[in-house]
Amino acid sequence: MRSITYCDALNEAIAQEMEREPSVFIYGLGVPDHKRIFGSTNDLVERFGKERCFDTPLSEDAMTGFGLGAAINGKRPIHVHIRADFLLLAMNQLANMVSSYRYFSGGKLKVPMVIRVIIGRGWGQGHQHSKSMYSIFAHIPGLKVVLPTTPYDAKGMLISAIRDDNPVIFVEHRWLYWQVGEVPEKPYTVPIGPANITREGKDITIVSTSWMNVEALKAAEILARNGVDVEIVDVRTIAPFEEDLVVESVLKTGHCIIADNDWVECGFSAEAAARIYDKCFGRMKSPIERVGFAFTPCPTVRHLENAFYPNAITIIRAIEEKLGLEPTDLSGEEFYSHENRFKGPF
Amino acid sequence: MKELNIELYKTMYLIRKTEEKIQEHYHEDEMKTPMHMSMGEEAIAVGVCHALKAKDQIFGTYRSHAIYLAKTQNINDFFAEMYGKDTALLKGKGGSMHMCNPDGGFMGSSGIVASAIPVAVGAAFANKTVKNEKYVAVFFGDGAANEGVFWESLNVACLMKLPIIFVCADNGFAVHTPKSEREGYESLSDIVLKFHCHVINQETTDVEVIYNLTRDGIKLMKDTSMPLFLHFGYYRYLEHVGICEDYEAGYRSREEYLKWLERDPVRSQREKLINRGVDERNVKKIEEKIDEKIMNSIKKAQAAPFCDCDELFEGVLA
Repeated sequence: MRSITYCDALNEAIAQEMEREPSVFIYGLGVPDHKRIFGSTNDLVERFGKERCFDTPLSEDAMTGFGLGAAINGKRPIHVHIRADFLLLAMNQLANMVSSYRYFSGGKLKVPMVIRVIIGRGWGQGHQHSKSMYSIFAHIPGLKVVLPTTPYDAKGMLISAIRDDNPVIFVEHRWLYWQVGEVPEKPYTVPIGPANITREGKDITIVSTSWMNVEALKAAEILARNGVDVEIVDVRTIAPFEEDLVVESVLKTGHCIIADNDWVECGFSAEAAARIYDKCFGRMKSPIERVGFAFTPCPTVRHLENAFYPNAITIIRAIEEKLGLEPTDLSGEEFYSHENRFKGPF
Repeated sequence: MKELNIELYKTMYLIRKTEEKIQEHYHEDEMKTPMHMSMGEEAIAVGVCHALKAKDQIFGTYRSHAIYLAKTQNINDFFAEMYGKDTALLKGKGGSMHMCNPDGGFMGSSGIVASAIPVAVGAAFANKTVKNEKYVAVFFGDGAANEGVFWESLNVACLMKLPIIFVCADNGFAVHTPKSEREGYESLSDIVLKFHCHVINQETTDVEVIYNLTRDGIKLMKDTSMPLFLHFGYYRYLEHVGICEDYEAGYRSREEYLKWLERDPVRSQREKLINRGVDERNVKKIEEKIDEKIMNSIKKAQAAPFCDCDELFEGVLA
């Protein structure tokens, strides 16, 4: 099978759905401009025209309500935000309108709407261009929240989201855009809801979201050399969160670390921990450990930014402590660094 | 013209009597929903809605009794919802503030000021792309113009030349706060005029005038593919929320109210009918028929059961 990037997988999903279903349209600030949302909206305006692929005024709030209005009148809008931070300007529409519109139509109206948001650190993005925020959206009944990690899931889950008759917040980590993986050319769906075991192991479970899956996998590879067998569960959907695979895995390994690409405080990791304890109480060998951002705004300067974000090393040290192992010598190990991807300045 | 005026009167009378019945029964504490009453604005609701076609769509606010009835005429569903009964479309989940009846063209209402405006704009966009020739009208008060999303929505509707009618039913107050405490400009209409849309600004309680202005405005929209902004003044007879007068509170005067009451929209329309030769006995017959309809709706709603508690979880997701 051919391999393509996460970014191209997103683009292909949108193009194929727009081809299949005339009611799908895509809009948002910069969607048809020359940068094309990091390339994820390439060729769409050329193929489908300005009526189905268009730029908007800087009006996140109104343009979210706009999508809702179009959706209840039979359209399937895809609204794109190049940073999740910008979606906060539309919290009123999300929390008061989009999420509850079906409920307050007596089930008469449906809201088939996708809101794509890009999260994650880039190159000195600072505190207003890097937030995750997804647990806040997952807190609100009526919204689905998905965050695929692999190119395969990116395409399959985006197609699922577009075909879903409910509002779906589709969360894409910026660094995942360069991930390459096998992706079928034909359209296919990956269901919204179930998690995925991306690495089988018997010693400890890492429950991870979005980019933290990449860090967890790196940690697992290094520790495997020391004979530690790590299982990784990729939580691809946090709303609705289906905990079955996570619970099964924790019951098998007895140890659990939740590595969430967000702050720990009141975040998804808290919800996940509560659900795991509920089902695994008395059957675990150690308490759950949570890994996430430092509880500060994200600083810009590199060494502080590095201290803010957890990575594979954080996960390795957490595993070692939990299992009572000596710290592994990590000298000579190569870890993911954005410096290898993008050389500033802009 | 006579027929038109009778039709307009019938709906205005229906709305006024319905709210008088709410006042009569509210103390029984069976309609457990905060009432934001429409009394005083009947001419705007009826004039605008009558100029729309059945297939056209409207959006409202927490103060939507008048437009709900003007658009849908569905008095049975109205009282079933006020009493929160299983027979209502929303089974009481919405109540007075969150009515919705998509089949009747009432696409929803929001209790957050201005929040339905962008939704209406998006609905108009969808209508435009499928060329179904439906118009969308969104109702709000002048307080909505204090919200950023009003301007965002107006801008995008004008930019995209959408078939939408903005209806500002202006009673001068945001809850109890007058314009003088809220607005750094003289006239909302003057500002909106700078956008690429048609603006009609009138302070009248004559439903026929409002109907004609709206009809003319819609024709302008058809000819130019530009949105329409209607700005109509009225006086809110009752308190912001609740069924009582509040002239003792001191933020407005009874004298002002009495001046408006002299040209009360419902009574004025009744007088117009009689002045134009409709026999008063016939007017009374019309009124009695509507009274009976309202009484039946109330009785039905009172007798209807509540829905099962399982219903709580229905309709969150499709």
